[in-house]
Amino acid sequence: MSAADQAAVMRDHPLRRWIRAYADSRLALAGLGLLVLIVAAAIAAPWLAPQNPYDLMQLDMLDGRLPPGSVSGDGELRYLLGTDAQGRDMLSAILYGLRISVVVGVAATLLALLVGMTLGLVAGYFGGRFDALLMRVVDIQLAFPSILTAMILLALFGQGIDKIIIALVASQWAYYARTTRSVAMVEADKAYIEAARLLGLSTLRIVFRHLLPNCLPPLMVVAALQVAAAIALEATLSFLGLGLPVTEPSLGLLIANGFQYLYSGRYWISLFPGLALLLTLLALNLVADQLRDVLNPRLRKS
Amino acid sequence: MPFFILRRCLQAVNVLVVMSLLVFAGVYAIGSPLDLLVDPQATTEDLARAAAALGLDQPVWVQYGRFLSRALGGDLGDSFIHGSPAIGLILARLPATLELAVVAMLIAVGLGIPLGLWAGLHPDTVGGRTIMAGSIVGFSLPTFWVGLMLIMVFSVQLGWLPAGGRGPTTELFGLPLSVLSVEGWRHLILPATNLALFKLALIIRLTRSGTREALQQDYVRFARAKGLSTGRVVGVHVLKNILIPVVTVVGMEFGSLVAFSVVTESIFAWPGMGKLLLDSITQLDRPVVLAYLLLIVLLYIVINLVVDLVYALLDPRVGRGGSGR
Repeated sequence: MSAADQAAVMRDHPLRRWIRAYADSRLALAGLGLLVLIVAAAIAAPWLAPQNPYDLMQLDMLDGRLPPGSVSGDGELRYLLGTDAQGRDMLSAILYGLRISVVVGVAATLLALLVGMTLGLVAGYFGGRFDALLMRVVDIQLAFPSILTAMILLALFGQGIDKIIIALVASQWAYYARTTRSVAMVEADKAYIEAARLLGLSTLRIVFRHLLPNCLPPLMVVAALQVAAAIALEATLSFLGLGLPVTEPSLGLLIANGFQYLYSGRYWISLFPGLALLLTLLALNLVADQLRDVLNPRLRKS
Repeated sequence: MPFFILRRCLQAVNVLVVMSLLVFAGVYAIGSPLDLLVDPQATTEDLARAAAALGLDQPVWVQYGRFLSRALGGDLGDSFIHGSPAIGLILARLPATLELAVVAMLIAVGLGIPLGLWAGLHPDTVGGRTIMAGSIVGFSLPTFWVGLMLIMVFSVQLGWLPAGGRGPTTELFGLPLSVLSVEGWRHLILPATNLALFKLALIIRLTRSGTREALQQDYVRFARAKGLSTGRVVGVHVLKNILIPVVTVVGMEFGSLVAFSVVTESIFAWPGMGKLLLDSITQLDRPVVLAYLLLIVLLYIVINLVVDLVYALLDPRVGRGGSGR
């Protein structure tokens, strides 16, 4: 193969084609950029935040409920986004809260993906009774709104970061199982799987090395959408007082804390954490949206 | 067609039985309500007597059998907190929730279908792009936060609308309703808008992508080639075909609208059954939680059944011949 041929093959590599198709939309690129910024801010929260909002030594009750832009009583710190009732800098609280929200959302999504994907692969590849049973369970699960499943589980388990992750996984695994199964069923009938079988490869190798990679594109779309759903659901549950305990204040809990002050016009305690949540969900949805257009051949622009 | 209906009804009963089992196991079998009901200083004999009185000393399957037979008679147990039948507590709050959900769905459909159709017909115009961008934002807006912002803007800052509660209701055929009076609407409009927003975004996208797909189909091209007016092509041929997924989603999402009203009701202090559920969860009032769940499951099954039947009416391919879908 000549160098020119190789270059031509490289140019047609699916990954490159996808990247090019993704970059088609400036809005989607902006979403990706925003997402990278948000994740970076979440990771670097302890170094970015002007104060550690949960170190009581750094808080001053006299600075409580200051509007955005106020200067702290000792003149050392400017509260860009105001303070809450305990004199906590809202910007710092939001950065720390973002960190918790992102960690919970990503962890729940990865776990749900793992569980749903494995079950879906097995059901789609082998079919039979297991498939029939699994799809029944999936149908029932999907007919039930995710917020109810999660609320009931949290009502049984109580609060906690591990418990909310379990609740999120329990209410979301079915999406992955169904998607994986439907793709796996189509792929399992294709010639390359037949060829792999004729070569005498082990079933485990066929399912995970050959079948799985070809099921991934639609799963990536579902996963991107579900991270947003998981983060939103966690925020909602925490807002209702069912999700995370006060010792782990995610964005939802910060918004809940500001609720009571809303009526007296102290909008910033609820407004800014909500904006942070909105931007996170918006970035994720923009990315997921474009991924769907890129990875779904039916809608590919001519 | 009658066979199709019969088979769907049998399936529905099946699902209801399975769900009742799951819900029962989830809510009753995990943990003991005795710890909550009985004085911590109670002796072992006291505990045994209380367990016997509540039937908790029986094997689980006997408990389930009792629960099921009582449930068939419409008795889902008494609330631990209120002491009155759980189902009565929920049914008393059902009209408020249903009214909220119905108005929200009407807002979502009434705005969503025209906007989605327009965005699908003119995908590359400024208007079409704006509608789509709006629907992405609508998708990303956390419902509970939008509720707070609506209160902040319309109740606190502008002072136009009440921040919570249902206000006075007008009776119609024994049902207390808000939609019949101006004051009722003033209380209803914020929560209903709040609840509708997510579904509105969903319906816009669904209608838009359905329209775009339909426009590429042969029957639409043929209809155009035949010289039919644009209005007729869109109004009859396109709309009829996108209505199938939209009806499905409206049906399926209505159940989730009722479920998500938990959030909206708790923000706007709307006296519906979602707020009751939340209070019951925090107070560990199991019979009410159980009754709520079973009612929601029943609602879901009925909705699914209706959706399937409407589906069969809209799409003649469904339900004709024994195999169905």
